[in-house]
Order: sequence, then structure tokens, then C-alpha cells
Amino acid sequence: MKLDRSNKLKIGLAVAVAIILTKLFVIQIVDESYKIDASNNSMVYSIVYPPRGIIDDRNGRILVGNKIAYDLLVTPKEVEEFDTLALCQALDVPVSFVREKMEGYHRDRRRIGYQSVVMLKQMTPEQYMKFAEIAYKFPGFRGQARSIREYPYNAGGNLLGYVSEVDADFLKRHEGYTVGDYAGKTGIEATCEEYLKGEKGYNIYLRNSHNKIEGRYRDGEMDKEAVPGKDITTTIDAELQHYGQMLMQNKVGSLVAIEPATGEILTLVSSPGIDVDMLADIGSHYNEILSNPYKPMFNRAVQSAYPPGSVFKLVNGLIGLQEGVFTPGTEYPCNMGYHFGNSKLGCHAHRSPLNFEESIMMSCNAYYCYVLRGILENGKYGSVAEALDVWNAYVKSFGFGKKLGSDFPSELGGNIPDSKYYDKVYGKGRWKATNVISLSIGQGEIGCTPLHLANLCATIANRGYYYIPHLIRDSRDVAIDGKYKERQYTMVDTAYFPEVIEGMYRAVNSGYGSGGTATVAAVEGLDICGKTGTAQNPRGDDNSVFICFAPKDNPKIAVAAYVENGSFGARWAAPLASLLVEKYLSGEISEDRKALEQRILEGNLLDKVKTD
Amino acid sequence: MERFKGRGLRETLDWPLIICYLVLVFVGWINIYASVQSAEPSTIFDLGTRSGKQLIWIVTAFALAVLILFVLNPRIYESLSLPVYLATLALLVAVIFLGVEVKGSRSWFEFGPVRFQPAEISKISTSLMLATVMSQYGYRLANARNFILTAAIILVPMAIIVAQSETGSALVYVGFIFMLYREGLSGWLLFMIGVAILLFILTLTVSPYMSVLVLMAIVSLCNSVYPGRMKRWLAVVLPVLVVLAALPFGLDKLGTALELGEDSFIYRIRLEYVLAAAGLCAVPFYAVKAFRERNTFLWMSIAAFIAGLVLVFSVDFIFHDVLQDHQRKRIEVLLGLKDDPTGVGYNVNQSMIAIGSGGFLGKGFLKGTQTTYGFVPEQSTDFIFCTIGEEWGFVGSAFVILVYAFLIWRVIHDAERSRESFTRIYGYCVASCVFMHLFINIGMTIGIMPVIGIPLPFVSYGGSSLWAFTVMLFIFIALVRHERRYFG
Repeated sequence: MKLDRSNKLKIGLAVAVAIILTKLFVIQIVDESYKIDASNNSMVYSIVYPPRGIIDDRNGRILVGNKIAYDLLVTPKEVEEFDTLALCQALDVPVSFVREKMEGYHRDRRRIGYQSVVMLKQMTPEQYMKFAEIAYKFPGFRGQARSIREYPYNAGGNLLGYVSEVDADFLKRHEGYTVGDYAGKTGIEATCEEYLKGEKGYNIYLRNSHNKIEGRYRDGEMDKEAVPGKDITTTIDAELQHYGQMLMQNKVGSLVAIEPATGEILTLVSSPGIDVDMLADIGSHYNEILSNPYKPMFNRAVQSAYPPGSVFKLVNGLIGLQEGVFTPGTEYPCNMGYHFGNSKLGCHAHRSPLNFEESIMMSCNAYYCYVLRGILENGKYGSVAEALDVWNAYVKSFGFGKKLGSDFPSELGGNIPDSKYYDKVYGKGRWKATNVISLSIGQGEIGCTPLHLANLCATIANRGYYYIPHLIRDSRDVAIDGKYKERQYTMVDTAYFPEVIEGMYRAVNSGYGSGGTATVAAVEGLDICGKTGTAQNPRGDDNSVFICFAPKDNPKIAVAAYVENGSFGARWAAPLASLLVEKYLSGEISEDRKALEQRILEGNLLDKVKTD
Repeated sequence: MERFKGRGLRETLDWPLIICYLVLVFVGWINIYASVQSAEPSTIFDLGTRSGKQLIWIVTAFALAVLILFVLNPRIYESLSLPVYLATLALLVAVIFLGVEVKGSRSWFEFGPVRFQPAEISKISTSLMLATVMSQYGYRLANARNFILTAAIILVPMAIIVAQSETGSALVYVGFIFMLYREGLSGWLLFMIGVAILLFILTLTVSPYMSVLVLMAIVSLCNSVYPGRMKRWLAVVLPVLVVLAALPFGLDKLGTALELGEDSFIYRIRLEYVLAAAGLCAVPFYAVKAFRERNTFLWMSIAAFIAGLVLVFSVDFIFHDVLQDHQRKRIEVLLGLKDDPTGVGYNVNQSMIAIGSGGFLGKGFLKGTQTTYGFVPEQSTDFIFCTIGEEWGFVGSAFVILVYAFLIWRVIHDAERSRESFTRIYGYCVASCVFMHLFINIGMTIGIMPVIGIPLPFVSYGGSSLWAFTVMLFIFIALVRHERRYFG
């Protein structure tokens, strides 16, 4: 045979075929480890579920940990006749339960085939041990360990969110999950799912024809180890969160605390909320939660848009100063309100006239009507509409009217009206400053979440900038987005903020009888600065609002409290917020404020809230 | 008087090829049935299952074969090749924009329930185009213009397919190099491709240093074999290379003996750079020598050496920046660089378990446990060989492979005997394509190739692939028949 190129190629072909055949020979005949002999022994895949990542608070306390639970798996094809009663006793379930399940498997036998299905979920280790002792009597039944959530600390139910088995809808929208997997559905469990979930593994066992596991397949060489989920460190202070929840019990509303220097959320309470005991076993409490008239799943702190009330005067004041429509020394009169045409926007009794600081201290409505009119009727702008849009841009620079971009899911943007909105309501050019005058005191078409208010407070505490509020901290495994570390400046010059802070300081610390609206919030030595608000609520009593930060210099905490139907700001919100501040800064409540604490803890406003 | 109609079917049709084809199609069909039946027990004809659908594809493929053999005049292929080639290119581009996305690549058209992949047709049209161009009178591969034209015919569709993220299908085009080799391409090119792959693997698995050393060994050896200075090479160069090979190990020992710290300069010397620099220093000396002796081979060796160095030092870059993540992982798993924490090797493990558990005679038809329980992914398409291996054992899989080998051998054989270069070149194209698919697909299932998702010709489930390979093969059979009829 001549060695031409054609023959060389044929030789090449022969070599390639020989390589394949040799490798085949090796894995099919030589290498015993791939072998499973003819008695139809087979491999059993046992899925190893990874423990989910642990969620810590800012001080390293575990908010969410793991514990072991067992699922009972059945492989219907392998089940032989068994003592139903004995099984039911071991599992502590009624006989009918097992009967129904087995009948169901028989109906679906085609679909199930050789697969295993879960019969009973989340048995406790004690329960499982009772079964395991007699498991040999029940071929086809076996337990599978998996870690479930445990909550050592009753703090932050809504915030943490819950984990539950994935459903068909979830599977459709997410890749990499299969039936039987668990996933975070709400709160931090959902936002950090990617880190927390880890990776499933599996062990391969050999099983002989008597259904007995004989050992590991190839000594575990082909197994895949489960990769545990990554741990998450939150910015929450568990102690403070727990205390906040206590304060808010039996009230509807929110309590949010932020560390101004970082934007880290220390506490985020939405009341009524979900107890952590319910989270652990969300399945059996689901109907109870859904039928609760106060909607505990609804996270008011970030999902409820309220009018901010007088707290918003601070924003209008700052915009007015920046726009130069008045100076801190400017005094405006107040005659039980602001009169325009035949109408009037009422105010409470206080001395008159007032300058800027005093207007904050005593929360004068008329003062801000003058301020807003000044802003909107500013000669600089062609029309009120144009001026309103400038105002709108200022307000938005404080984070209002848009999602702040926190790492919490389903944050609400709220609403700040612009000229287009009023053009639609009144007709283009057919409205004036007086039509929108209630914006001056934070009423009307303004909607913002308690998180927005806490962020406003942090902005003032920082003298003019904020960090986007967030819940997750940098940790060993997880790095947070760089945006949380950037200062967000407002459009108002930082030079104007000290005046506002002075007013807030005087509102709290001027002593009883001075006219300061928030003297109830004063704590000796803490230098709390605050502003009350009383927001009209068309569905009953006014909402009680308060924002405050402390200490005045180098603030450590900024708080917003919003209590639905709590009437005056000073009545519920101010004591609440000040107690939280005191707890955080002093670690305990001083003796002379114990009575106040008692009143708040025992206060019940649930009856006032309309729940339809 | 009876008109001379040429010779009859019995003599003109290449029956061995057709029988091979039928055997493979049948093997595919029953194994598709075996791979899907356990999930939903049903008969092999049930049109709701893949085996039933495959039957439809098979019947229609037979119809196509009959059409090609008895209706179409084999002369049309030469004249149609250019328009068909251009139309295929247009389809290949169009599918990027109009196709549906399947597993991250846009390479399928979808018409209602039917999906087809233009890349499958493009193998045929490229083969026809190559055969047409290269059988032209006066064509010589050594002619630069002709060579560039030929390369372009292969590379253009290949590039478009890569742009569809169907790297696997594009790899098949590399097979055309076998055809080019037969048609006169220098064997050194094949050799150099082989060396490049070797260097790539060595750099990743052993070290760049060893890679440079092997490159030097190969270049010097080639230069010694030609002028017959083998003895000197064995006596002088080889010992030096062996000593150099032991150098990193020696340095390491030295460092330990002297108790040097982790960041001592000894550990920081990048030996591969030292060696490469030494090699480059020698280049001018050899260049002068080559110039004096008018030694073209030496010139080429110098160029090849430098190209090899560039390759070795860019392996890292290619591996980490050019290859996509999943491709890199597949190669890492194949070379055993990484264990398999993220389960990339899952498919391969499962498929090797399935095939290995088949043993000598297999578990028997429909008795496979690994493939029928659904542990092997894609088991009726890309991993169909697992079912064959598990249920029919070494005997069955070896039989299938030998049938393929015979089919390829027979195509080459027929191509060589042909009087027309068009038929010969086309035949080699067919053989190359089938071989590439065979080697890559089976190699993947038994763990000697990375995971590249291309079907096993005639066997894997899927109409697009079956039709394309049927058309491809039967055009060749028709061409052969045409010749035999009149030239006997």
C-alpha cells in the first residue's frame, strides 16, 4: 500500500477510532468503579441542601440562624405493604393523612415514576428520631435533613422577610431552582437571596436489590458538596429594633431610625408587624396573617405614602432661604392663621409676629404660607407654574417623590406635585399660589413614606446631605453597592441648615410653657432636636408625626415616627421617637421618663384606626 | 432496440453506504425511544413523544434521499453552489436578528412547531462551494489567491456561526483542513496546529516554562531530522533540555535548603521569561545562518518558534479574556485543572457513569437506569451516546463506532476512486464533517473532549440535523451513482 495522503488520512481515522474505543474499553470494562452489577443495583441521589446564610445585626447578634428539620420522602415505587398505624404513631399524624397521601401517589404513579416525593415537611429532630428508629420497617420511606430558619431574637419580622418553598410561578420567573427548593420571598431574605441561598449538592449512594444503602458510590468521588450560603450583616441594631417594636405595639404606623453619618438603617418598625415565630412557619400562619385587618405583611415604613404634615415646613423654609425670598430674621404675623381672600388657613394660638427659628419652634402655619407664596410668586420665574416646578426639583433633591434606592424591596416613591398635575386639576393657567397653599404645611398632594421622613431628618442632621438609607453592610462575603457610600447633596446650600437646627433644638429644649411644640421629647444631656407634625387624616383622627435627631452636634441617630390617628405630633410620635433616641444613646430610660415610657408601651390606638 | 440507460440500481448505488446510513438512523430511533420512554411510558410510535416525532423526521428524510437520488440531476449542484452558498450566508446572518434564543445562542429559526438551524445547511453549502471552486481548471492550492479564496469560503460562515455563540458548530469547520490536506495543503500546517494545541494544554496543565522548553525541543528536533543530524541532537541537545526541565524543581529544593522566605527572589524569578529571552537571543545567530545557507526551512522554523512563544505567553489572555466563562470551565474540567465545585462537570460525570455502567454487554434495551431516570441531560440529543453505551454495553457502542468508521472510510474510498475532482472534494468534505461530529460528540460523552453541544450525525434526535446529514450524504451518493452509471 502506497503511503499517499489519502491513506495517511485513513490511518488518522483509524487512530482516532482506536482512541475512542480504548477509552470506552477502559470505562466500560477495565474500570470497575463505574460498574453496577447486573442484579439491577442502582444509585440513589440524595440531595444535600446547603444551610442558608446567617443574617446578623450590626453588633454581630444573630437575627436569623438555622436549625435542622427533616422532610419525610417517599418513593412510591419502592413502598411495600407496611403497618400504617405504626407509621402514623411514629410520625404523629392521623391515619387518614397517610392513607390519603398514598392514594394520591397511586393516582399520580405515572407522573411520579421512580422519583421520590415529600410526604411530610419540617419534622423536628425529636419527631424524626422516633421515625428513624423503626424506619427499617418501611422501605421506600426515608428522611432528608434540611436546615430551616430560626430567629433567636424577636426583632424585625417584616424586615427580615420569610423563606418558603418555591411555587410554580416562582420557578417560571427564576432560573436555577427546582421543585422542593426554598427561597426568600420578602424582606432581606428576598433581596439577598443570591447571597443567602448557597448551592445544593448531592451524595450518590449505592443501593442493593434489597433496598439497602450499601455505601458511597466511588467513595464519594462523584458527589457534589453543598456550598453554604453567604452570611449577611445588616445595619439593624437588634436591641433597638426590639425596643422600637415594643413601643409601637398596639399602634398603627412606623418608626424608622437612621445613622446620619452612614445612612445605615438602625431600626425600621412597621406596626402591626409579623412576629418572628410566625416567620419560621409561615405556611400555617398564612391565612391568619391575610385575614388580619391591620395587614401586618404591609410594610408601612417603606410602602405607605402619607402627608408629612408640619415636618415638611423645614423643607419649605430651607428652599425659601436658598431662593432668597426671606432671611432668618424676617418676621411674619399670624392672626390665628393665614388669611387670603375670603379663606383662611388656621393656626394655633401663639405670640406674633415670629422669626424663622421661632416659627419652627412653635410650628406656625401662617409663616410658611408667606414663605411658600414668596417661593411661588418669585419675580425670577415667569409664572407660578414655573416656580412650582423649581420648588418640585428642590423637594426631590431631598429624596422625596422618588424611590430613595435603598436595598429594601418594593420601596414606594411617594408623590410631589408639579405644575402639570395642577394644570390637569384646575386647567392650564387657572390656578394660583393660594390654590396650592396647603403644600406649605405638608398637606395636600404630598405623599411620602416614613423612610423619606427619616431621611429628611438625617439630611438636616448632616447639615445638607444624606447617604441613601440601606440595610446591608459590607461584610467578609458581601460588598454593598458604591452608591451607598456617596454623599447626596440637596440643592439647598449647607449654610442654611444651622438655622433650622437651632429652631428644632428650641422646639424640644425650651421648657414647658415656652411655646415649643415638642418639649415632651426633651431628655437631659442628649440635646435632641426635633420637629412635630400633625397630618390631617380623612379617615379619623389626625396622624401624629415627629422627626428628631441627637445629639445636636455630631448626631448619632435620626428618627422618624409616624403614628396613624395619634392626633398631635407631641402626643404619641414625639415621646416614641425620643424614647428610641434615649434608648440608643443612653442604653436605658432615665427614671423621670419611666412614666412616659409606661404610657407609650400601654397605649392602644388600634380602635381608632378604621380598617375597612 | 432497447435504449442504453446506463447500469442498474444494484450496481450504481453505493449499497454499503446506504446500509450504514439505515443502521445508524435505526439505532438513533430506538435509543431515542429508550431515553424518553421511562418518563412517560408509551409506544415507540406515539407522535406525542420524541421517538414518534423522530419517526416523522426519518420518513421525511428518506423522501429527501429519494428525491436527491432519482429526481434531481447531480449536475445542478455545481451550478447551484454559488447561489445556495450566498443564500445560506444570508440566512446565517438573518438568524442572529430574527431567530429565537435557545440556551443563550441565537441560531434557530422557528416556524410554528418546526425549528431549524441554518448552521446545519451551511455545512452542505460550504462543502458544495468548496468542491466547485477547487475543482475549477487551473486551481492550485499553493496559489496565494486561490488559497485566500478557499480560506474565505470556510472562514466566513464559521465567523458568523461564532457570532451566534454556537462555537461548537463552528468547530466542525476546522475539519475541512483534512480535505485541504488531501488536496495538497502542506502537512506542516497540520503539524503546527497539533503543536499549538499541545502547547496550549501544556501551558495550562504543567507550566509555561515547560511549554517553552517543549517548543524548543520540537523546533530543534525538526531541524535535526531534516539534515540528518539526529545523533548530535540526541547527544547534546536532549541532555541539556532534560537538565533544564529539572531546573524549577531544583530551584525549589534550593530555596527550601537555604530556608528562604516565601517572597525570596528565587521564587520570584519567572523562569519561562528567562528561557524565552535566551531563545530569542539565539534567533539572530540562526537568522544569519539561515541567510548564509539560503535555508528556507530554518527561516520557517524561526518564525514558528517566535509564533509559538507568542502563543505560550498569550494562553493566559486567551483563556481568561477571549473564551467565555462556560467554555473556560468546560476546558478546565476536561483538563482536570479544577474539581467540579459548581457542577460544570456534572454532565460529563453523569454520562461517564451511564456509559461505564453498561459494561461489556450492556443492561439491555430499556433497562438502563442512569439514562432513563433522567440523570443525564440532553439524553436524546447531544448525549444520545450514553443510552447506547448503557443499554448496549461495549459491544453495542463499539459496533456503532465501527459503523461510523466504515461509513467515513467508504466515503473516502469512493471519493478517491472518482474521476471528477468535484465529487472527490465534496466527498472529503462529507467525511470531514461526519468525522468531526463523531469525534467531538462521542469524545465529549466519554470525557476526552470538552462539553461541546453538537449532535451525533444520523442518531441524535432532531429534524434539522437528520435532514442536513441525510441531504449531505445522499448528494455524495448521487454524485457517485451518476459517475458509475456512465463511466462504470
